[in-house]
Formats: sequence, C-alpha cells, structure tokens
Amino acid sequence: MLRSFSMFMFLLAVWLLLSGHYDMLIVGFGLLSCLGVVLIARRMDIVDREGHPIHLTWRAPLYWLWLGWEIAKSNWAVIKVILGPRNRLQPQVIRATASQETDVGLVTFANSITLTPGTVSVLVNRDWIDVHALTQETADGLMIGDMNQRVCQMEGTGAKRKGD
Amino acid sequence: MEIVNHILFYASWALLAAGGLLCVIGAFGLVRFPETYTRMHAAGVIDTGGALLILAGLMLQSGLTLETVKLALIMFFLLFTSPTAGYALARGTWSAGHRPITHTRSDARTDGHSDSAGMTDDG
Repeated sequence: MLRSFSMFMFLLAVWLLLSGHYDMLIVGFGLLSCLGVVLIARRMDIVDREGHPIHLTWRAPLYWLWLGWEIAKSNWAVIKVILGPRNRLQPQVIRATASQETDVGLVTFANSITLTPGTVSVLVNRDWIDVHALTQETADGLMIGDMNQRVCQMEGTGAKRKGD
Repeated sequence: MEIVNHILFYASWALLAAGGLLCVIGAFGLVRFPETYTRMHAAGVIDTGGALLILAGLMLQSGLTLETVKLALIMFFLLFTSPTAGYALARGTWSAGHRPITHTRSDARTDGHSDSAGMTDDG
C-alpha cells in the first residue's frame, strides 16, 4: 500500500512537471489519471520491488554520478580510437562476472556496460555478461570488476564475488 | 546579473558545440570501424556524450523553467532506452550468427595472417 502511494506521488510529480497548466479542472484530470494508472498497475501486480524500486531512490543517484564520470572517461578513450591510427583497434569478447542478485541489478550492470562507450553487452546471463570491448584498455577496465561491485552496492546486496 | 547571463549563454553554446562535435566524431567512427560490433562503440559516443552535452546546453538555454525539467526527463529516459536498444541490436546480431572479428595480440601476429590488422573471423 505504501508502495502504491509512493508510486502515485511519483506519477503526480511527473504529471505536474510535464503539464504546466494548473487550473482545477486540468489538475483534477491529472489526479484521476495518476490514480487510474496506479490501479491498473496494482491489478497487473507490477507495483513491487522491480516495478517501483523505491529502495533505490537515494543510492541510485550516487551510482549515476559515478557512472557519469565513467561515461565521460570512456567517451574520451573511444574518441581517441576513432581519430587515431587503425591498428589501435583491438576488438575482443570478454566474459565479465556479474554478482548481482536481483534482476534490476543485473539489468543496471548490463546497461551501464553498454552506456560506457568502448564496451557493449552482447549476451547477458545470470552469472556473467559477454562483453564486446573495443580495445585492450576498455576490456581491462571492465575486468577489474569495479563497476560490478558498485552495482552490487547500489542494489544493496554487497559484492559477493562468485567464482573467486 | 547581466554578466551571469552572458556566461550562461556562452557556456550553453560551448556545450552545444562540443555535443555537435562529438556527434560528428561518432558518425566518423561509425563509417570508419569495420563491422557492427565495433561500430556500436562509435554510436555509443553519439548517444551518450553527444546527446548529453547537447541536452545540457539546451538546459542552460532554457534556464530554471519547466522546459529544463522536460529536457532532464528526456536525458533520464535516453539513459535507459539507448543501452536497451543497443543490447537488442548486439544480441540480434549475435543470434543472426555474426561473430565479431577479434584482435589477436600483436606479439602473436607471426602466424601468417594475411589480414593486416591481424583479425580473424571465427563466425
């Protein structure tokens, strides 16, 4: 119930920010449509830890800040490869360990890999992700496992390294 | 106040120009790289660096208004949808049977590969 209420407030906040019309009738329609969406979502049984992950509200932005810096660094690395000589290209497929316990965590890890240019998730599995890396440098960066552990911290399970 | 507006104006154009430049570089890489997988990395520069810088520049242009909130939401959604689309593309390419060309370390390139980049296609 708390989760449904939180979802309603989130939807309402987004509605108010997107609308820009604040007379009674229009806001009333907004309230009704947010309520309708929450009711439908409850009926579909998707108002859960995965559909509305409020437990990530504070940890996720911290992770995104770190990810933003990683994106900036890897953008620079890929730009150097694009503009550099052809033999700088060292494409390879590597298998990164994924120690996340939740689906949200695993998807976040896979998406983060793709978001940092120089590494793209190709095959995602329960315990590992096959990653296409552009250069040795970007491959090594991922194999250290820093991103893996940070996603684990974000999903709140801590880094349990499998296979170590 | 006047001076702050000037700084914001030039900062926003610097961001827009940088974002545009990244898009051009990404497009250049898209043409230059040999196959789908490597080209996806060049496309990654466009939809992270290029898109984020352009959106940040536009946010400075619109200032503290609802438009900025909308641009922030666009940025937010873009960061979720573009890697998902990228994964669909990569996975689809893999499922279609295309395997990436892989680099053999330069110190092991004496095994008679005629390919100058030392790349093999095991697909």
